[in-house]
Amino acid sequence: MLQAGEWAYSETLKEHFMSPKNIMQGESTDEFDGVGMEGNLQCGDQMMVVIKVDKQSEVITDCQWKTYGCASAIASTSILSEMVKGMTLDQAFHISPKDVAKELGGLPENKIHCSVLGDKALRAAINNYFVRNGMEDRVKQEQAKIVCQCMNITDHDIEEAVLEGARTYFELQEHTKLGTVCGQCKDEAESLLEKFKHIHFGA
Amino acid sequence: MKVYFDHNATTPLHPEVKKEMAEAMDMFGNPSSMHAWGREARANVEDARSRVAGFIGAQNDEIVFVGSGSEANNTVLSLFVCASSQCIPGTKMRSTIITTKIEHPCVLETSECLAHRGARVKYLDVDQYGKIDLDQLESMLGDDVGLVSVMMANNEIGTFQDIETISKMARSCGALMHTDAVQAVGKVPVDVNRLGVDFLTISGHKIYGPKGVGALYVKKGTPYCPFIRGGHQERGRRAGTENTLGILGLGKAVEMRALEMEAEEERLASLKAFLKKGIEERIDDIHFNGHPTDSLAGTLNVSFPGAEGEAILLYLDLEGIAVSTGSACASGSLDPSHVLLATGVDAERAHGSIRISLGRSSTMQEAEYLLDVLPRTIQRIRNMSTAYIKGGAHAASR
Ligand SMILES: Cc1ncc(COP(=O)(O)O)c(C=O)c1O
Ligand code: FES
Repeated sequence: MLQAGEWAYSETLKEHFMSPKNIMQGESTDEFDGVGMEGNLQCGDQMMVVIKVDKQSEVITDCQWKTYGCASAIASTSILSEMVKGMTLDQAFHISPKDVAKELGGLPENKIHCSVLGDKALRAAINNYFVRNGMEDRVKQEQAKIVCQCMNITDHDIEEAVLEGARTYFELQEHTKLGTVCGQCKDEAESLLEKFKHIHFGA
Repeated sequence: MKVYFDHNATTPLHPEVKKEMAEAMDMFGNPSSMHAWGREARANVEDARSRVAGFIGAQNDEIVFVGSGSEANNTVLSLFVCASSQCIPGTKMRSTIITTKIEHPCVLETSECLAHRGARVKYLDVDQYGKIDLDQLESMLGDDVGLVSVMMANNEIGTFQDIETISKMARSCGALMHTDAVQAVGKVPVDVNRLGVDFLTISGHKIYGPKGVGALYVKKGTPYCPFIRGGHQERGRRAGTENTLGILGLGKAVEMRALEMEAEEERLASLKAFLKKGIEERIDDIHFNGHPTDSLAGTLNVSFPGAEGEAILLYLDLEGIAVSTGSACASGSLDPSHVLLATGVDAERAHGSIRISLGRSSTMQEAEYLLDVLPRTIQRIRNMSTAYIKGGAHAASR
């Protein structure tokens, strides 16, 4: 008979869950140069990333965080905070959920959505740094583009649905209700579906 | 220390059940065979049937052995669509099913499927404690209603429903009455005649019996159509060669429940009271979910705002403690518990809830160990939570 198996998570993830690194202590963010927060408690996960930046070199010298969420959420913010230290703002801005998942030694598919908030919160913190330092022109907006007018579904919603497991147009419809009214948006939605499948799963 | 506090999910075999099953391990005959091997298996299946029947006040031929509690529930609900399509001669077409918002998924998802197949399904709301509103039931009842299906005790929050009254109401308008008693049988006395139900569901593995076996009570004379067809087993009511060993185990399990249930429930009730008090004293900002008194003795559901359920579950797992979470993130979906949401708990509180379910092996030492580990676990999770930062959701409450 087999003994209890390991968790559905990698050893690295488990390690970061058991001893998370760089948790922000206390409740004040005053001493940091950039603060970003994404998600909300009602949805079950919320992450805040705070950074200290060396003004000259634009290198991130410290990155701390708080997370409300499951084990994957906690571990992915923890590892993200390790990854970005020493990176320039530009480098850090381009970290993707895939990079985080890879560093964690992989995530179960249904948990990938738990890691997407971390890098979003990081980008929000970087943008916040730009704003605070009079560099509004460098703020990169994550503009969402409406794909399905009828149901008000954006490309971000499609990306999220893919991360949550939608692989076919039908599954995408089930997740988002996109394309369920006039159907005009089908072609664009299908090509975005392929794009995000490729980006996140190399499929 | 290893602590199993997840008895509503499943239970270990009772040592006596294990013994009886181990002794019967070589019993391989097919109960349908007429030779000695077959007759041995038949004798044991029928013995188990009379034990199960006796335990709930039914007659032997009112018990149908099935593959699980889920199968029993599927059987009852699906039978109803059969009845409305006149597969069962003489049954009047009635197209409405009434159930509740807090049923087990095997009832809710089957109901949804039936709705696609032409049935009309109405879902009863529950109050903050998980009780249905009898006035709402009254207003839904009518001569279009064919079936009322209400669970006896809820698996997540433990709340009991008043099945006796609900049955009376259902039957007085000519509807059939089903109760999913998977969590109630073996914990509180159940008598089908007193309850006045037409169908009642039992599952083996929640009462220290084996998994993959259940029993469905079908009152004599009630319209019936098999869910699994193509065999004469169970008097044509459930095809498939019987799970003889499982059935034998279920029979022994109910026998042991009859002996132990009463004293054990009293013990669990005081253990739960101890846990409740301890949690209240040691952790702030908590909420207990479910009915404070009219609920399963061993079920305690509690929310810790600012901490997410799966994180709590896994940190406790690292300390050797097994509980379960109402938030379904652990099972791969982000939806918080439909039961908690139905009781009006907000999504955040639902995400941050765990279910502690005690059983016959639970001890005071285990409860003390949980009370030792839980406060620091919650503290640890809340420390890294966004919920308490400046301007955050609970910043003011601490
Ligand atoms: C209330 C309730 N009904 C039905 C079931 C399903 O029983 P089984 O696991 O035997 O299919 C369960 C068990 O999870 C339950 O708690
Ligand atoms: S634009 Fe998507 S359904 Fe109409």
